[in-house]
Amino acid sequence: MPGKLKAKIVAGRHLPVMDRASDLTDAFVEVKFGNTTFKTDVFPKSLNPQWNSEWFKFEVDDEDLQDEPLQITVLDHDTYSANDAIGKVYIDIDPLLCTEAASVISGWFPIYDTIHGIRGEINVLVKVELFNDLNRFRQSSCGVKFFCTTSIPRGYRAAMVHGFVEELVVNEDPEYQWIDRIRTPRASNEARQRLISLMSGELQRKIGLKVLEMGGNAVVGYLQCFDLEGESGLVVRAIGTACTLEKHSSGSLVNTHTHPNTAPASNACNSPSKDGKEPVFGEDLPSSSGPPTPFRNLPTSSSSPPPFSPSKPCSRQSSSSDTDLSLTPKTGMGSGGSAGKEAGPLKTLLRQQTQTALEQREFPFFTLTSFPPGFLVHVGGVVSARSVKLLDRIHNPDEPETRDAWWEEIRQEIKSHAKALGCHAVVGYSENTSICEEVCILSASGTATILNPRYMREGCLDIGSTDHRFDDPSPPSCGFCHIPYDELNMPFPAQLTYCYNCRRQKVPDVLFTTIDLPAEAAVTGKGCLIQARLCRLKKKAQGEVNATAISNLLPFMEYELHTQLMNKLKLRSMNALFGLHIQISVGENMLLGLASATGVYLTALPAPGGIQIAGKTSGDLNNEQHIQSIQKRINDTIAKNKELYQINPPELTEEGVGSPIPEPRQRSRLFRSHSESSDEVSELDLSHGKKDAFVLEIDDTDAVEDIHSLLIDASPPTGFYTCNTETMPGIYNWTTAVQMFTSVRVLRLSNANLSNQSLNKIFTDLCENLLKSFYFKLRSNIPCCLCHLNFTVAVPEEELIQVSVTAVAMTFDKDQTQERFITKGGNETEEQLQFPLELCADSSSTNTQTSSKFSGVPENTIVSSRAASVDYGSFADRCSTWLELLRLKAHTIRRGSVKTSRRTQSLAHSVSSLENCSPLTEGRPRSLRSSRSFGGSSVTMVKMTPLSFLPGTRIIKYLGIINMFFIRETTSLREEGGVSGFLHSFIAEVFAMVRAHVAALGGNAVVSYSMKDCVLMENPNKNQAQCLINVSGDAVICVRETDQEPMTSMTNIGQSCTADGAT
Amino acid sequence: MAVELDVFVGNTTIMDEEVYQLWLDGYTVNDAVKVRMAGGVLDECEANQDVLLSDTMDQYRTFQMCERLLQSPAKLANQLLFQIPPHRQTMLIERYYAFDDSFVREVLGKKLSKGTKKDLDDIGAKTGVTLKSCRRQFDNFKRVFKVVEELKGPLVENIRQHFLLSDKLARDYAAIVFFANNRFETGKKKLQYLTFQDFAFCAGQLINNWTVGAVDNMVEDMDVDLDKEFLQELKELKVLITDKDLLDQHKSLVCTALRGKTKAFTEMEANFKNLSRGLVNIATKLTNTKDVRDFFIDLVEKFIEPCRSDRWTSADVKLYLTHYTNSAHILDSFKHQAVWDRYMGVIKSCIFKMYHD
Repeated sequence: MPGKLKAKIVAGRHLPVMDRASDLTDAFVEVKFGNTTFKTDVFPKSLNPQWNSEWFKFEVDDEDLQDEPLQITVLDHDTYSANDAIGKVYIDIDPLLCTEAASVISGWFPIYDTIHGIRGEINVLVKVELFNDLNRFRQSSCGVKFFCTTSIPRGYRAAMVHGFVEELVVNEDPEYQWIDRIRTPRASNEARQRLISLMSGELQRKIGLKVLEMGGNAVVGYLQCFDLEGESGLVVRAIGTACTLEKHSSGSLVNTHTHPNTAPASNACNSPSKDGKEPVFGEDLPSSSGPPTPFRNLPTSSSSPPPFSPSKPCSRQSSSSDTDLSLTPKTGMGSGGSAGKEAGPLKTLLRQQTQTALEQREFPFFTLTSFPPGFLVHVGGVVSARSVKLLDRIHNPDEPETRDAWWEEIRQEIKSHAKALGCHAVVGYSENTSICEEVCILSASGTATILNPRYMREGCLDIGSTDHRFDDPSPPSCGFCHIPYDELNMPFPAQLTYCYNCRRQKVPDVLFTTIDLPAEAAVTGKGCLIQARLCRLKKKAQGEVNATAISNLLPFMEYELHTQLMNKLKLRSMNALFGLHIQISVGENMLLGLASATGVYLTALPAPGGIQIAGKTSGDLNNEQHIQSIQKRINDTIAKNKELYQINPPELTEEGVGSPIPEPRQRSRLFRSHSESSDEVSELDLSHGKKDAFVLEIDDTDAVEDIHSLLIDASPPTGFYTCNTETMPGIYNWTTAVQMFTSVRVLRLSNANLSNQSLNKIFTDLCENLLKSFYFKLRSNIPCCLCHLNFTVAVPEEELIQVSVTAVAMTFDKDQTQERFITKGGNETEEQLQFPLELCADSSSTNTQTSSKFSGVPENTIVSSRAASVDYGSFADRCSTWLELLRLKAHTIRRGSVKTSRRTQSLAHSVSSLENCSPLTEGRPRSLRSSRSFGGSSVTMVKMTPLSFLPGTRIIKYLGIINMFFIRETTSLREEGGVSGFLHSFIAEVFAMVRAHVAALGGNAVVSYSMKDCVLMENPNKNQAQCLINVSGDAVICVRETDQEPMTSMTNIGQSCTADGAT
Repeated sequence: MAVELDVFVGNTTIMDEEVYQLWLDGYTVNDAVKVRMAGGVLDECEANQDVLLSDTMDQYRTFQMCERLLQSPAKLANQLLFQIPPHRQTMLIERYYAFDDSFVREVLGKKLSKGTKKDLDDIGAKTGVTLKSCRRQFDNFKRVFKVVEELKGPLVENIRQHFLLSDKLARDYAAIVFFANNRFETGKKKLQYLTFQDFAFCAGQLINNWTVGAVDNMVEDMDVDLDKEFLQELKELKVLITDKDLLDQHKSLVCTALRGKTKAFTEMEANFKNLSRGLVNIATKLTNTKDVRDFFIDLVEKFIEPCRSDRWTSADVKLYLTHYTNSAHILDSFKHQAVWDRYMGVIKSCIFKMYHD
């Protein structure tokens, strides 16, 4: 009996009227855990009952503690008929099982009913007493921490990154059981909610076990998804990255938000594994007690097919999936290239070493998207795989084997793609599905990379360790751009040039990745959201015919999306994409493709050539003119974008050679390149000269349409920036004002005979209009950046297109940006000054030699015009390793943002920040009001953000993962304001429930929040609608950067409790 | 192509004050869009009409969902559905309970019943306030009335605490409740020149001086009902006009004091008995509910109109009433000084307030 769960029901408030005669309610509460149920007394005739119950105690296994939610049902007592349910609260007690997380759950929870929504609130107290369990064969994994955050959580350092963990559980969907015909919609919804809660508990427990087996203590980048397969079942699956995390000393915590994870390397390494298990990969894997996945020792060569696929009787649709396999283009973009001459042997050695560590893993995948500095050595490009499956052909739908095999297949393919790019690992890895009737598209994508082997072994993070000599000598600002594959044996055609930053190694002309922009990357100007949108009609079909049709379409869609992305990237004069996410959604008669990414100009990569329009038939004068006018428009757009995004790369080489009197700055740069290797410069010039413009050929009306659609994308209005990554390069001075939002739009296509072209237009307009709406709605937050713009598309029904977006608007301080420039002084233009911080830090971190040279250049160079340059100069001698320099850099940044926080405070006190409420500002107005308000504002403000941090604040505690699933149904759609009114209130209710759970855990914010699913079904004729929403995130306590104590305290709850009693 | 669904939900509820006002004023979504476009909001953010429509719809939906909470403002502070910063909550409540002076002028003193509610479209047409807005305002009056009806303690404070209103607004509501409860006649043509603020001021005077609450502050309805005992005592003032000697004595005292101080002296002297009779008669009749209702019309007919026809200035009125009140104290045989002061204090300030064009 390893655990005792205790729950106490304190009070209720704002209950609905259940007895029409008295306009009151006789409420009581049932508390259920597992199969045990307790009841409170009936509190007669009140809408604000005070039960103040005893402690209900449940003695349970910790396995159950992990799987089961605490279920609280509020009912109205009825003497003569059956008691009516008012609503329910499910409380996930997982956060209480972790010693480091929350210790008590206490607060007001919305009472939720799947038909009526929120109906009042209930105050509950929950505690858990865990007994130590020394049983080695235990089935539970209490104590393993879970994080949705896809980076090493703030305040922790990764002692070890163990790698990929995955699990999948299947159950019959209650909605498709025979009993559903006779039970009420409410009962059916509740059965489903409960089942999913149980399944995700089980899933988490199983993943936890795998982590413990690997010797880890946490899962980072935990990504859980539901597949509503319909008849064949309900699948809950999750992937994540197992790590051994250690708490930071508080000092290094300060202000890591501008540049995440700059600190871990500076920490001393304590013993990472608690249970004494050897966590080293090379030795861990061969041990007999490996994870249950069977294909551990498969040959990893991409040519050998996974042995199970032909033999499985269930994969009768293998024809389609095979077609798919062979046709799916390798979306890998980017390059790397042979190492510089002197770096060659070292690099080979490094690669071998890393490979031995990684290749013994079944899947060297990481769900993380941002990493400690130095973790990424080279980035190859995006790898993705898709496969079309038929759900009605699953041999044994109740068992997970078939789905396991499907994903196995996909992952093998990803792995082989990565190999083809000369990479041994995949980062920023994610998986998703799209289901329409019996067809299911499984997709996976990630970024092929070469990782630093030091992170794979114990004790690796000590700076002075012997491994240091294997460190890639490339500077961190550009090292990851260098091609990992062999120049002579490139996996795809790409133009290689020498790196524009260090000029020692080859870089590709463009780089696509699924990860966040590394903090240490050198970037020119700002970035922006780039989307490719595509609709493809398909014939309605059934079964295999349908699956084949879909898998035949997929490669074309990927190709077109890719072309669009490339064009749009060039149109913005950028050369790299981060956070690339391609979603392909299947409907009955169409496929939707949406690719989103954040485009930036990486300083290390060559400037993109323009776009050149070419007519197929030359000679026609009209045509020529037309082409010329389009060409002009394109050129104008490029020029405009350059200005807009402040892309002003130093045109070093051309001017350096061509102009007779080089500017001092350029001279210094030239000097630097010469000092390294003189012949490289000439090579560089050659390649630069050869660079071709991207040619678009206009041969038919389609192409014209394409070009028009290319130009249709409006750039964000002044004051707005957009990205789908965590932050925008070039913006550091965030204020504490954040506004997270979710927006959903559904379009009904009225015209039955639409062409692909007009569909594309409609879809593009839908996305563009959404963005326009955001700009307008959030105009009071200007200047601001819409970060982590996450678009999800779906085809819920024939002729319906659904787009859901979750993002956060983060306000930054414009004045301070300018201030920064001013303090830097100098005669540089603003554009040029956008990147000096990066540039200095990078160049100085290459090696001591360069940095000292840098600090010696004349006054009006970028470096010396910075106030901080003196520091660099004086420190330069001591900077023997780039790690130290990185720390130095982190230090400078920290210094920079002390200013920010001060500024924020003053903002918070001014009335002008009305719209941007923050918990920070909460105290004052409340105390002002307290004299007049009845209960006072007793609700803790809870901030939510899809990012892993909140600007201006410091996360002092992670309280556990929030993973909630809700169903809402209505049979009075019109009365609830139509389908918009229905969904509006449902989303608001979901937010409210997330906030309430976080507040009850003692938290004041949710980071890495995401809405995984929003499945809406409607039938306006029957006045009905149903919606399922799944959300997740990490509950945290954060404090203002300068404070020690949490911003809001738990006393609020007590106050509100008593205050309400008085009402 | 039709937008089937379009929602935007912020973790912190986004509310535009301008749109809120349009909603409160009862504009339809389409009309609100037109108003906003005319206001030039489109230029701000490179938006178009669709964007504006979508935004307006979203906000209107939010307000509709909030309305239930605004009707019992104490709930707004501890509800969980909308995360609204406290200062925004205050704004929402204050604006929701704000009313048009022109509208309230029409229903002031009327019974807050279904019957009156049926006339709202007429009132709307007359005042130019949309029916929707009229209904909200009327329902607010009724709601406040119902809640405070059953509460003990000071009226203004009760309203302030229960509806979380500002002091000013709470006082206005107290006036509305007071007028509705006593059914004061305010609609007669002769009273048309008076604004709501005039009446609100008078109500404040009456509440503070003539109600039960003025003497005892723990009774139910203390601030709503006039002090019956006091009204009874007012009958005693009749002696000021029935006793010939007393009347003459009073007159000569007042005239002596006024002589040479105003141009309207002759009119004052000539009208003294008339005016005094008017004021004292009002006092003695207040035991009748019917006469309470006519309190303001009586003040106008019996005092304000005669003065106005004689072209008294406000200063004249002030001077006259001050001496009229004070001189009574010097009358030896007049024993009802306390009642007289309690009565005249209110009459004086009411007439000051009401004496304008």
